[in-house]
Amino acid sequence: MPPEKLGSETTTVAAGPEPVLAPGHNYATISDKIAAVPLEVGWPRFWIVGFTITFSIVMMLLATITWLLARGVGIWGINIPVGWGFDIINFVWWIGIGHAGTLISAILLLLKQQWRMSISRSAEAMTLFAVACAGIFPLLHTGRPWLAYWMLPIPTVMSMWPQPRSPLLWDVFAVSTYGIISLVFWYVGLIPDLATMRDKARSRFGQVAYGALALGWRGSARHWNHYEMATLILAGMSTPLVLSVHTVVSFDFAISLIPGWHTTIFPPYFVAGAIYSGFAMVLTLAIPLRAWYKMQDFITMKHIDNMCKVMLATGWIVAYGYLMEAFMSWYSGNFWELFMMKNRATGPYGWSYWMLILFNVLIPQVLWLKKARRNVALVFITAIIINIGMWLERFVIIVTSLARDFVPSSWGMYYPTKYDWSMFIGTIGFFLCLMYVFVRLLPALSIFEIRTIVPRAEKGGSH
Amino acid sequence: MRKPLYGLIAEFAAPEQLVYAAGEAHSEGYRKMDAYSPLPIEELHHVMHIPDTKLPRFVLAAGLLGSIGGFGLLYWITVINYPHNVGGRPLNSWPQYIPITFETTVLLAGLTTLVTMIALCGLPMPYHPVFNVPRFRLASRDRFFLCIEAEDPRFDLQRTRQFLESLHPHEVTEVEI
Repeated sequence: MPPEKLGSETTTVAAGPEPVLAPGHNYATISDKIAAVPLEVGWPRFWIVGFTITFSIVMMLLATITWLLARGVGIWGINIPVGWGFDIINFVWWIGIGHAGTLISAILLLLKQQWRMSISRSAEAMTLFAVACAGIFPLLHTGRPWLAYWMLPIPTVMSMWPQPRSPLLWDVFAVSTYGIISLVFWYVGLIPDLATMRDKARSRFGQVAYGALALGWRGSARHWNHYEMATLILAGMSTPLVLSVHTVVSFDFAISLIPGWHTTIFPPYFVAGAIYSGFAMVLTLAIPLRAWYKMQDFITMKHIDNMCKVMLATGWIVAYGYLMEAFMSWYSGNFWELFMMKNRATGPYGWSYWMLILFNVLIPQVLWLKKARRNVALVFITAIIINIGMWLERFVIIVTSLARDFVPSSWGMYYPTKYDWSMFIGTIGFFLCLMYVFVRLLPALSIFEIRTIVPRAEKGGSH
Repeated sequence: MRKPLYGLIAEFAAPEQLVYAAGEAHSEGYRKMDAYSPLPIEELHHVMHIPDTKLPRFVLAAGLLGSIGGFGLLYWITVINYPHNVGGRPLNSWPQYIPITFETTVLLAGLTTLVTMIALCGLPMPYHPVFNVPRFRLASRDRFFLCIEAEDPRFDLQRTRQFLESLHPHEVTEVEI
């Protein structure tokens, strides 16, 4: 559908601050272009290839889990003293990734940032899928996942209760609440767009399926009245929720006495790291999405530029965290803290610490250059590097501290097995596979929210 | 015999026209009407005098219930049902209950937001008379509609149609039930 010719108005719009929506769009073009991805684009080759690969990886994950259930967690590399290996590293990594989605949909909504609108939907989907991947690990790490209900406060014949003074139980509540509320927020955001899909679908199945999910939404002014308030309330609640989740995750470490874990800087430093890795993952997903589905009009260079700036800022908070860890271990004068830092940097896992500094602190500084932020390929590579760097951060924290704690007689090295790797890679495949399904079935960008940022001059005018 | 009418619906091309039309209809005395748009339009609430949504009070009640219930549960577990003396520490160690209390608050309030919002909108409602208008499917794309319902005491097929025509709509259609 050709965009309406607007001549001079279009130029006026482009002359202002850089728009978050390419000029020339009106309500109709936005709706048609985004809704066409699930309805008309069909089965492009990149989708089939990508889905097939990621789905095969999901099969590998299922095979690993089956073997794990048959043989127990001994097939992983964990043992005493490193009882938290890849499973907890991956759990924290995935949960952290999810946080950017909530930040974009909730915190940036409260801050009235218009650029969030075209990336919020896919970022929220990313949150949901990342939380799903995260949840797999602690569940299987319990060793007997069929008894997971013991973690819930339900009366049983054993008349035993979970321990509410333990951060591990806080984690159960924080992560499950986070997963549920993220789903609610995502669904509420989808309702008006599902109505658009219902009205545009040509097949009977599409009309019925989208129609059922849209609940009969008709865009009445009275509906919007309730709807806008619901969005605002959910955003207001998700904001402290997302900060609480990674804070509670950091408590899992900070409340213990292990050197390198027992520190008060963990909550803010974990939250910043979560947002850092989450934005890296949003970019990792958004860059191929916009290229494959030609969404450059909606996910503009301005979006990529802004996300790079957020990464730069949170990256510095994380770097400050690394610096403070090192400083406090020296300043505390505590023998074990001093040893922990020395061991972290020069011990058997020293390579991981310096790779972490390289990946998370040094390389991302390239984003200071505007030219670098405008180079999509470079941004994509940097985002991947940050993803790896944030994974290394959790590896450094968990493994180096556990491998060498207080007494040398209790030291021990940790080596992941092939099952650790197939679990980890398996969840990456699961995550990407879900993203492929999501993009194929639902509008990947929030149509109605992008309508609200159409500049006044291009709202369509009279016919 | 004529089919019973739900009302008359006028189609507009721009949100400003819909806001103007809804304001005119309200000053004309029409009350049983609704405006339909593909995006939220804040001005509509003012010109149509739509009362503020009652959603927040439900959410507040649920949040309070969630926090009292969450804290109460933990208190009951640790102090009443399963007291466990750990080196003489107090049983009611309330600071350690705060994280879970916060989560149950958000959980209950969030779920209530969803359920109440849907209920206040009168959804799910698969059938509604306005869906009988063929062009209404554009209400979720780029068109704006104002429907004056036949139940309104001032509704009169001729006069209401004339009134709607005077607002320069794209077209005015009868909505069948």
